[in-house]
Amino acid sequence: MRIYVCIKHVPDTAANIRPLGGPVFDETIKFIMNPYDEHALEEALKTREKTGGEVVAITAGREASAATLRTALAMGADRGILVKTDAYFTDSLETAHLLRQAIERDGAPGLIFTGKQSVDSEGMQLPYRLAALLDVPVVADAVAFSIAGDLVTIEREGEGGGREAIEMSAPCVVGAARGLNRPRCPTLPDMMKAKKKGIRIIDRAELAVPDGLSKVEVLDLQPAADRGCGVILKGGPEAMAEELLMLLEEKKLFSREADGGR
Amino acid sequence: MTRIGVFCEEKDGVIKKAVFGAVTAARRAHEAEVYAFVLADDAEMFRLPLQEYGVEKVVAVAGVNAPASPDRQAEALCRAVDDFRLDALLGVASAAGKDLLARVASLKGAPLALDCLELDLSSGIVKKSHFSGRTTAVLQLKGRPWILGIRPNVFPAVAAPREAEVLTCRPPVEAPQRMAIREIRPEAAGGVDLSEAEVVITGGRAVGSADNFQILRECAAVLGAAVGASRAAVDAGFAPHAVQVGQTGKTVSPRLYLACGISGSVQHFAGMKTAKCIVAINNDPEAPIFGKCDYGLLGDLFEVVPALTRALSRRKESKDA
Repeated sequence: MRIYVCIKHVPDTAANIRPLGGPVFDETIKFIMNPYDEHALEEALKTREKTGGEVVAITAGREASAATLRTALAMGADRGILVKTDAYFTDSLETAHLLRQAIERDGAPGLIFTGKQSVDSEGMQLPYRLAALLDVPVVADAVAFSIAGDLVTIEREGEGGGREAIEMSAPCVVGAARGLNRPRCPTLPDMMKAKKKGIRIIDRAELAVPDGLSKVEVLDLQPAADRGCGVILKGGPEAMAEELLMLLEEKKLFSREADGGR
Repeated sequence: MTRIGVFCEEKDGVIKKAVFGAVTAARRAHEAEVYAFVLADDAEMFRLPLQEYGVEKVVAVAGVNAPASPDRQAEALCRAVDDFRLDALLGVASAAGKDLLARVASLKGAPLALDCLELDLSSGIVKKSHFSGRTTAVLQLKGRPWILGIRPNVFPAVAAPREAEVLTCRPPVEAPQRMAIREIRPEAAGGVDLSEAEVVITGGRAVGSADNFQILRECAAVLGAAVGASRAAVDAGFAPHAVQVGQTGKTVSPRLYLACGISGSVQHFAGMKTAKCIVAINNDPEAPIFGKCDYGLLGDLFEVVPALTRALSRRKESKDA
């Protein structure tokens, strides 16, 4: 079975994002594989151990994204595909078109894994968009995965810790959440081996995806306001607790609970 | 006139509270006509609460709950969007809301923004978090209908009573054979839903063990709060991943957020920075969280949290008396 894993090259979550006007930001910062995509890749690798076949890591992004594909190869993907774009932000619908075309050119997917969302644009829709274009079922937020023949069983978390078990038929798209597994760390020999694996670069222009598909445009990035340093209370626990409650009551932040709550 | 639909999530016959924030936001559109959509065979029981917030038509999207399947529900909702010629469909970006709205947007090839912090329903410009909350992105949606999910608790619910009409639509949706919910395991009873909670208390690694979370649960019981945990506490096995607050866990936006023994990493803030008031309890004066909270209590959480529980209980008793 051929398993595709869609990954994204994103700024390290601890990096300081400096907006430079419009959708532009200072990109001279550390980039990593989108954390959810590590879980997607790990599940693909575990599945390959059982079913055999091939794991193909695929990304759409600027040329620098090849570095994250290399990481995927070091973790154990067999080969990589980079759909090269010019802009940093490509909206989810356009990205889904690019990934779909590249996948269909490459072969028939048995399974497709993605992260449930990226930590840069936090769109939370790529798995759905890709599934709709491929006309296959999709479940995101997966915290458990199993496959038997064509039957895929996913567990996903609802609000408040409830869980749903969903069955669907492969091929399908699975959006990985953090609870799914613990991603492996590549060793030095893995990294050496990854250098010999192939990355195929497809220019966006080679794909029959017209311009102007984008439905969401980033107009501006604004630094989020920090709330700054607040009031620091010191003293004995009882005194601090009383003082805090008084302050909260003054601001009407908690009166309803004091009245007996909801 | 602008026709705005609101997908109304319900649980055991009760509309989720955050939905009324979405209804209030919908009403602000130019000459808005607000349609509330409930996945139910009859919507009469939802008429009163929804008309209180200015909904004009309460629409039951019937025949999609047995058997329930997310793709079938999405298809039915798509038909409703077409039939009512909606300019926009709003919902709450809860786990179920995000899933359904994303399915609808994907089937329609329509623009989607989830977890919105601000909306302008005349221009299609929305604000939402980017880069784990480090920046706020201003987005322009292009082409109708706009599909929008609001972050719970960010949009206030304001009543605007009127008479609503109840309708039923029964979209001719075939049951697709390729997806089915096989089992639903409900959450433990008594817990307050984290994503929509008005008050949240979370513990970090400093809590030290799963058993020690009991002191947070006791405080939560008096506060009417949901209990969460930092990634460090989850990784250490003190709490399940389902209650993790932060970038790779849940996003919460409560009125009051109490962080106990949490240093305050960027990743943690990504999940709670839109809380109205952040209170930090930590014994390390150098903890970064003290630099970005509203109130900081410098002390041992094992002393401060029980003291807080006692102080809250005293107040409650004196009010009840």
